Amino acid sequence: MKSWLTTTDHKRIGLLYFWTAFAFFLVGGLEALIIRAQLASPSGIGVRAETFNQLFTMHGTTMVFLALMPLSAAFFNFIIPLQIGARDVAFPRLNAFSYWVFLLGGLFLNASFVAGPLFGAGRLSVAPDAGWFGYANLTSRQFSPGPNVDFWLLGLQILGIASLAAGFNFVVTILNMRAPGMRMLRLPPFAWMTLITQFLVITAFPVITVALVLLMFDRLFGTHFFLPSGGGDPVLWQHLFWMFGHPEVYILILPAMGIVSEVLPTFSRKPLFGYTVVVYSGVVIAFLGWGVWAHHMFASGLGPIADSVFAGATMLIAIPTGVKIFNWIGTLWGGQIRFTTSLLFAVGFIAMFIIGGLSGVTHASAPTDLQQTDTYYVVAHIHYVLFGGTILGLFAGMYYWWPKMTGRLLSERLGKVHFWLTMIGMNLAFFPMHLSGLLGMPRRIYTYSPELGVAGFNLVSTIGAFLVGIASLVFLWNMLRTHREPVTAPANPWNAATLEWAIPSPPPVYNFTVIPTVTNRLPLWQTERHGPMAPLPERPPTPIHVPGGSWWPMITAAGLPIMAIGALGRFLPVVFAGLLILIVGIYRWAFEPFEM
Amino acid sequence: MPLVLVAALLLLTACGGGPFPQSVLHAEADFSRELDGLFKNIFAWAVGVFLVVETLLLVAIARFRARPGRPEPKPVHGHTILEIGWTLAPALILVFIAVPTMRTIFSSAGHAPEGALRVEVIGHQWWWEYRYPTLGISTSNELHLPVETHIAVEMTSADVIHSFWIPRLAGKRDLIQGRTTRIAFRPDSTGEYWGQCAEFCGASHANMRLRVVVESDSLFQRWVDHQRAAPVVPAEGSAEARGQQIFRRSACIGCHTITGISTAKVGPDLNHVGGRATLAGALFPNTTEMLRRWISNAPAVKPGALMPPQNLQGADLDAVVAYLQSLK
Repeated sequence: MKSWLTTTDHKRIGLLYFWTAFAFFLVGGLEALIIRAQLASPSGIGVRAETFNQLFTMHGTTMVFLALMPLSAAFFNFIIPLQIGARDVAFPRLNAFSYWVFLLGGLFLNASFVAGPLFGAGRLSVAPDAGWFGYANLTSRQFSPGPNVDFWLLGLQILGIASLAAGFNFVVTILNMRAPGMRMLRLPPFAWMTLITQFLVITAFPVITVALVLLMFDRLFGTHFFLPSGGGDPVLWQHLFWMFGHPEVYILILPAMGIVSEVLPTFSRKPLFGYTVVVYSGVVIAFLGWGVWAHHMFASGLGPIADSVFAGATMLIAIPTGVKIFNWIGTLWGGQIRFTTSLLFAVGFIAMFIIGGLSGVTHASAPTDLQQTDTYYVVAHIHYVLFGGTILGLFAGMYYWWPKMTGRLLSERLGKVHFWLTMIGMNLAFFPMHLSGLLGMPRRIYTYSPELGVAGFNLVSTIGAFLVGIASLVFLWNMLRTHREPVTAPANPWNAATLEWAIPSPPPVYNFTVIPTVTNRLPLWQTERHGPMAPLPERPPTPIHVPGGSWWPMITAAGLPIMAIGALGRFLPVVFAGLLILIVGIYRWAFEPFEM
Repeated sequence: MPLVLVAALLLLTACGGGPFPQSVLHAEADFSRELDGLFKNIFAWAVGVFLVVETLLLVAIARFRARPGRPEPKPVHGHTILEIGWTLAPALILVFIAVPTMRTIFSSAGHAPEGALRVEVIGHQWWWEYRYPTLGISTSNELHLPVETHIAVEMTSADVIHSFWIPRLAGKRDLIQGRTTRIAFRPDSTGEYWGQCAEFCGASHANMRLRVVVESDSLFQRWVDHQRAAPVVPAEGSAEARGQQIFRRSACIGCHTITGISTAKVGPDLNHVGGRATLAGALFPNTTEMLRRWISNAPAVKPGALMPPQNLQGADLDAVVAYLQSLK
């Protein structure tokens, strides 16, 4: 137990990220199922309007910040050092700090579901209720007097610190910790997409942090940054939020694209088609991703010049994205495809992401977006991208790397049940939403008029959502049952080409007995130009120093939610107590002896 | 081919019944029709791309399934000509989407021709206030417009951001406190069109609905004349007169205007409330029963509603309801 609390081993931190994020994924999924149950019929099942607003706010916030990003982070942590031939990340204790901040930030946000009595709210839940995008001036003290929005803005600031710390850590790790011979264009595609993602994190999160600090000043100290009554501008919030929010979309999708670019070559027995093009198109997507934020704001009346520029820039993103899809198909083409569950999810990713991408083009066009934005058509689009894309990609990664992470193989039979239930469920859930949206159903409504003619589509969506829920339970069972099994996974069960498969499953604490020297992109494969790398020795020829654990990352992290609790209660001494813990933690951490 | 696909989509929606009062696919004004045409154009391209790419994907996984005895695949690393080809192809398609997009952005920027009928829309949590500055009238939630007339809509909000959306007539546009946003459109045919707020605006966002009645010039003129008229004065000794007395000494006057009785502007103007088909943000039919429930406890039927429950019972409540209903 103590060894897990103080761990600085990237593999253990990866597993902590995985299980924590998966738990939050189930919580976010449960919120989605209550939403869907309510919308199955126009009159609903009696979920109150206020509760419904909390549920969709927390569903979005949870899935983006507590499930999808940290599930990707689980793979960054576990896989990246192995893929680049390193013993750990560049800053192992900072890595532990990121995890604890993420966990505590997530718990802080979700504590709002039961914190009502502390604030004399008259009801149990004071969860955030202004949407995951928290548009001003609805978030002002005048229109949201309760602690709900405070929980949201303080929770997101805490989580932003976790993301920023991890972002810097992985940029440094990937740039500096590569094994000898691992040139940038020999990096596995997943490592490349991780690097690009982390550059987006360290540039985008400061923007949301600034926005949240301004909002905090408005709410706590009576400033008027976003309040027109005091000369401020609510549209400024939208610019800041989406300047972060659109890069965030690529923070969510690029890791999944990286996973798919690993899985497809392995199971087709072919190198990734157009490796350099896939890498550079990822870079181009990230650059363009910075210039399109206002396409979320076409309805706010920015004027025809701004609309044209942002519509045009948004359409350009279709080009590098399309290039990636063609290269993935090129990878499959002419291969010897083995239909493992991992490959099925990767192919499912391509098939579903195409739908999300194409519906995206229909609202890249500013005028048509005026009929689509804030309707269920857009709900369909984001779920084809973030579920059909990100989540299917993450599932592909889970089946692919599970043996490496745990030393045990998942059941392929249960895996296929999981895959087909997920595919059928998600299409039943999300496809009809295009139609309910076009027929005039706005998003974020807890009830709708039966005369709209969308009740049938909504019922189908609800049935599909519950199928996805069942599929997730099948997957949970598949993972849990492997824990009772002996460690039997071979080092390279899929006959894959990258370095993480050169070492035992699960890897020893020091990862590599000898740091390998890399001479090509596919070190474990025989190609026309080279043979496979010589196997590493079974035992380290010289003793390997592995740093011990540390309590300070966790203690330092604990200072942040304490400060947030003080801010929530408007009680300054608690804020200073949290600050003191933070400062003492950092000080002791900095002067901690190298060996414990 | 694209037409067939669009027709298939329309058929699919038609299967669910009708009449889809809030559908973007059933345009009845120049603005919405322009958006609809552009959407169907892009949608046709999207369906074409979808079919080509998904077919390639399916062929790849069907043809190249691993079979025992097949040789190891050739380690192909890429193909420059192919890469150039599949970069240029989507770029070319995007030209065909971008050009009509830009054209429509400028043609639908909200500029109405001279002489258009001006309407001001003010968003409130959770109802709509409409003013006709050139006609000197105002109303709420149910917007009346003359057919085949250019309408210039200027919008703002009294509180949080809302979005004014009547899908069959116009694309949505946000209402923002401290700013004025604009749309312009020209309804083609008479009828009743539905809309609702499309920007999340708090507890009763789902209940912030609206109706647009597009009517012939003569009917519209009749409606305008009626709105201009002073509110009905109840006959002495009638239940309505008693209702007026109760109204006059209740909290009602703190928020609502009835000319000659009160001047407050917090809630909707009630001069002609009895003539409206719906209540509470086009949420309920304007019946005696619903009006009773609304007055006695508004937040119970519309979550978060800012009108507090009124301490009126029995005969008093009946009298106020009768009075309000008489204000045709």
